[in-house]
Amino acid sequence: MRSKVTLTRLARNSQARYGTLALVLLLALAYIGPFLGPHDWTDKDFLAFLSPPSADHWWGTTQIGQDVYAVTLRGMQKSIIIGFLVALVSTGLAALVGAAAGYFGGWVDKALMWGADLLLVLPSFLIIAIISPRLKGGSWLWFVVLLAVFSWMITSRVVRSMTLSLREREFVLAAQYMGIPGWKIIVRHIVPNLSSLLIIDATINVSGAIIGEAALSFFGFGVQPPDVSLGTLIAAGSNQVTGYPWLFLFPAGLLVLLVLSINLIGDGLRDALDPGSNK
Amino acid sequence: MNEPTTGRDAPILEVNDLNVTFRGGIKAVRGVSYRLDRGEVLGIVGESGSGKSVTSLAVMGLLPEGAEVSGSVKLHGKELIGAREEDLTRLRGKSIGMIFQDPLSAFTPVYTIGDQIAEAVRIHQKVGRDKAARRAVELLDLVGIPHPDVRAKAFPHEFSGGMRQRAMIAMAIANDPDVLICDEPTTALDVTIQAQVLEVLKTAQRETGAGIVMITHDLGVVAGLADRVLVMYAGKPVETGTVDEIYYRPRQPYTMGLLASIPRMDRPTERLIPIEGNPPSPAALPPGCPFAPRCPLRVEACEDAEPGLERIGTGGRMSACIRSHEIDLKGLDGATVYPVPEAVVRQEENRPRAERETVLKVDGLIRHYPLMKGAVFKRRVGTVYAVDGISFDIAEGETLALVGESGCGKTTTLQQIMQLQPPQGGTVVVLGEDSAKLDRAGRKGLRKDLQIVFQDPMAALDPRMPVGDILAEPLRAHGYGDGKAVRARVAELLTLVGLAPEHAERYPQHFSGGQRQRIGIARALALEPKLIVLDEPVSALDVSIQAGVINLLEDLKVRLGLSYLFVAHDLSVVRHLADRVAVMYLGKIAEIGTVDGVYGNPAHPYTRALLSAIPLPDPELERTRTRILLEGDLPSPADPPSGCRFRTRCPKRALLGEAEARKCAEAEPAVVRLAPAGDHGVACHYPENTEAVAAPGV
Amino acid sequence: MGVYLLKRLVSNVLLVAIAASMAYFLAATSLNPRAKYEGRQPPVAESVVDATLEQYNLNDKTPVFERYVTWVSGVATGDLGKTWDGKSINAEMSRRVGVSLRLLFVGTIVGSVIGVTVGAYAAVKQYRLSDRVIGVSAFVVMAVPVFVLATMLTLVAVGINDTLGFTLLEYTGEYNPALSGWDQFTNRLNHLILPTISLSLGQIAFYSRIQRNMMLDVLGQDFVRTARAKGLSRRTALFKHALRTSLVPAATYFAFAFGTLLTGATFTEKIFGWHGMGAWLVDSIHSHDVNAVAAVSLFAAVCVLVAGFLSDLIVAALDPRVRVS
Repeated sequence: MRSKVTLTRLARNSQARYGTLALVLLLALAYIGPFLGPHDWTDKDFLAFLSPPSADHWWGTTQIGQDVYAVTLRGMQKSIIIGFLVALVSTGLAALVGAAAGYFGGWVDKALMWGADLLLVLPSFLIIAIISPRLKGGSWLWFVVLLAVFSWMITSRVVRSMTLSLREREFVLAAQYMGIPGWKIIVRHIVPNLSSLLIIDATINVSGAIIGEAALSFFGFGVQPPDVSLGTLIAAGSNQVTGYPWLFLFPAGLLVLLVLSINLIGDGLRDALDPGSNK
Repeated sequence: MNEPTTGRDAPILEVNDLNVTFRGGIKAVRGVSYRLDRGEVLGIVGESGSGKSVTSLAVMGLLPEGAEVSGSVKLHGKELIGAREEDLTRLRGKSIGMIFQDPLSAFTPVYTIGDQIAEAVRIHQKVGRDKAARRAVELLDLVGIPHPDVRAKAFPHEFSGGMRQRAMIAMAIANDPDVLICDEPTTALDVTIQAQVLEVLKTAQRETGAGIVMITHDLGVVAGLADRVLVMYAGKPVETGTVDEIYYRPRQPYTMGLLASIPRMDRPTERLIPIEGNPPSPAALPPGCPFAPRCPLRVEACEDAEPGLERIGTGGRMSACIRSHEIDLKGLDGATVYPVPEAVVRQEENRPRAERETVLKVDGLIRHYPLMKGAVFKRRVGTVYAVDGISFDIAEGETLALVGESGCGKTTTLQQIMQLQPPQGGTVVVLGEDSAKLDRAGRKGLRKDLQIVFQDPMAALDPRMPVGDILAEPLRAHGYGDGKAVRARVAELLTLVGLAPEHAERYPQHFSGGQRQRIGIARALALEPKLIVLDEPVSALDVSIQAGVINLLEDLKVRLGLSYLFVAHDLSVVRHLADRVAVMYLGKIAEIGTVDGVYGNPAHPYTRALLSAIPLPDPELERTRTRILLEGDLPSPADPPSGCRFRTRCPKRALLGEAEARKCAEAEPAVVRLAPAGDHGVACHYPENTEAVAAPGV
Repeated sequence: MGVYLLKRLVSNVLLVAIAASMAYFLAATSLNPRAKYEGRQPPVAESVVDATLEQYNLNDKTPVFERYVTWVSGVATGDLGKTWDGKSINAEMSRRVGVSLRLLFVGTIVGSVIGVTVGAYAAVKQYRLSDRVIGVSAFVVMAVPVFVLATMLTLVAVGINDTLGFTLLEYTGEYNPALSGWDQFTNRLNHLILPTISLSLGQIAFYSRIQRNMMLDVLGQDFVRTARAKGLSRRTALFKHALRTSLVPAATYFAFAFGTLLTGATFTEKIFGWHGMGAWLVDSIHSHDVNAVAAVSLFAAVCVLVAGFLSDLIVAALDPRVRVS
């Protein structure tokens, strides 16, 4: 019932509409695009180093003759997967920790929030930068875990403060007075009532994680070769941006479009799910 | 529709055929007309959603963008609708002052009260900063704020609700307006504070000679204050006339029903008469008369066209009902027209109290909180003595009402009972089980017998759950049986509270307030409890809906043999529903006893003041009665007065000698029975016993 | 108040200590300063390397806990240790902190002041063309990561300079050491232009969104209506009552914004060739410089906590409700 109302509201929201359209197109490009291109991302064209966009190499080639179109789309796939996984893990963590801290209060609250504070104070960038390249057999999944571990704290504080007010709400009191245990109340009453916030947050986290991945990879601390991501491509391209701008512009442009479309969806969701929030 | 203006002074404010339509075609106000003379009080009465507040905002020109206003509003004969914004700005605050409902949100939180009043002065008068500040202090003094020079430097959050509303009045009259529009000015306040604020309003009117438009849902407030009344329903005026005409000879079925549905202190034993159904949504008005679906006098012709206001008899009396003349001729009233729902007959079982089982016994209950200050820089600055040693008990089949104003500790008491945890001090014994000695399983078991109905029917039901799941939750938690048994019980419960079993599929937001409260009651009944705690169960509901819920609670009690602990601030409802009553003041019980004893013979000065502060929906009585006005606000529960907690505001203290008064300051009075055999105790050194009681007719 | 501040100080010092220690252990166990000496031509004898590393408290043959104790006792007396090639961290840091703070300070001021102004303007003009333009620009800017933005700015500056035939916009370093006096001052300002844009554009977008939303929340509230009911024009009511009040919730985002600023500064410094703390963070990891990494962590942790504290102070200054009377 409610979800139907939300969906109609979302469909009427032009921001969300454009955002969704753009995201669908980008996803299609990332996952269907490689089959349309003439080259595979591992192919190396030894006859064309650093050639500008042409009929054969749509987006040009790199200095070792890779097809920029194929490589960029490959990197985009990785960036998208990392973004969604990180968002999922970090929002889940935020919901769990925040709701537990807010609902149980006392030392549970103190301990969890202290932990969150510590993670906020730790320079996340530095820690990920040190650990991530050294994870041997370096699956990028570890990188996902690291990014997620450092991105849930602020949301968990918001969740906590909302839980504090939900805890005083009468339907939660009613459940307590029925003798329903705390964790069940969290799962059944608290988290569902925070779902708007969590959905919005997860969306924003996707774009945050995509940027975070790219930022770390930019300095060589993120995704490690032979894997490529938008971040590693941008880093490689930015060194030669003045002479060979296509190396930089295509991955950077896709990154911006990707993040923009997701942010638009997030903002549209906020309007649709939480109409009181800013209208 | 045109009222004659000849032969009398021209009105200061004249509204003609005012219509307001919001975006999406929602017609919030449809054809409102009224006139206001100098020094006159016009009451606009209606339930939530009747369009009464929108009307006043339209007059001020303060509706949000996107609202379409048509019709005419004339101030001193000058048209305001369609006037230039600069001209309106010049008039606002100067010729028309406005007082809003919630004074906390109506003041800007980051400026001091004095600055905000001075700002109002400086907008319209060419005076210096100092002079405006001095004028602000004068105004604060006028509305009865103690130490106005100091308080002017305080921020809104540092004022109590009543003081804030006084300051609001001071701001509204800063420029001597000709018209004061008061939008539910006392709704957020306690009764004794309400009485004070209404007095201030009268003072303000005397000082300024302004005409007042008083918008309220409380028929009691209007009865004592207004000269004429306009009743609104579904965005339309349905009846208008002098206050006596409306209250004693209503000629429109909705007005008749509204007056009949109010629980009255002076007629406690009568069965309340609810108006069935709900007001129509402004987005989906029925064809014809919008009240027809709920009207007991409905005939076929009612659905043909919406009736307009028509004159009845001589004078300014008008009513919007095709049968008004008939009602007038036959002299019908609400009690005869509306079907009186039959009460469930009480079983003959009426054993004396002492022989019945005690379902709840509270003895010397104490609950103190640390007082924290500051949101960012939090620190403990003291102790709140929220509940400070109270005792009472409830016998099987009995309703005990716990009454008192906000901050008296009644909600804390209730939470202490519901939590079933060992209290800080004293004991709570539910059905013979001491809450301090319960283990986990015992506590859970006891919860079956002890249930609660909350005040706010919006907040009490999880908006993400369908009603069926909400009702099934307690059943599942206590292992009621398999899915089929649970479903059957849910259907049974819904029927019991007057809803249909198919309602189980819907979500709470698809129900009206009254229906939601019924769902809350059904949930409380799910496990067949013996004692139900009712936390202000009807105070969030409109009067016409309230009556139905009160009747339901009465019936359920008799049918299921329930006992109620009823927490409320509305003394009229309490009188109607309760057998015994305990009056609380600052964490202590001031007076306790049977309803007849306490209401008929109030012995504590606080009880007397409380009773006398309740506005009665009866203009004649309101005009003749004298109020006992309490001074000042409730002291902070973090710093209660020594000795008797009520002594700082006690009207009786002035009559006491010095030695007698010293006793009040030094010794804390305990609850003492007035007569050895009677069920009436009072915590006062000098209880009243013989004099005629406060409220006339009570 | 005093007790509260003390409590907060103690817990903050504790947080900083733990954060810095964790960073130290991490760096000391996973970075390898020895590598900086081993691959040299001519090869350096292992004993010499050991002795050098020992001298700088970087020798991985010493148990890590022992090195940690040495480091902590140094930090406690105000000595942050030596870089991998034996320079004093303290000296290096005092130079770099100034560079970073200059960027951070300008970025914060420019970002918040312009951002709040733009956001408030957009809120007042809700749904009009200007609001939409501001909204779309903010979204686009927030979707552009700092390193992309900074690279683009360089590209633009190079383009402009090439077309003009002289250097209008400086895009590397902090100043030109060849100049002196007034010329050097303007040169410094010139060098500040691009990094400031790259750093504050995101901040402006962020603050403008926050301020717009907060302001819209406030616009619908009763007190704005009251202000108009007493005869204030719409404009005055908005600026005097709505804007002032909506600054309070917006200020709570200060700490968060500062966090992103800190990360942004890393990229800005690196791309525009400023030798600040952010650039050092990246360089020190690449050069396996354990003590430098620890020092940068310490600095970042202190920054975050100070920003949090500042944020609370600003809120307290703006909002009488949270002040302790």
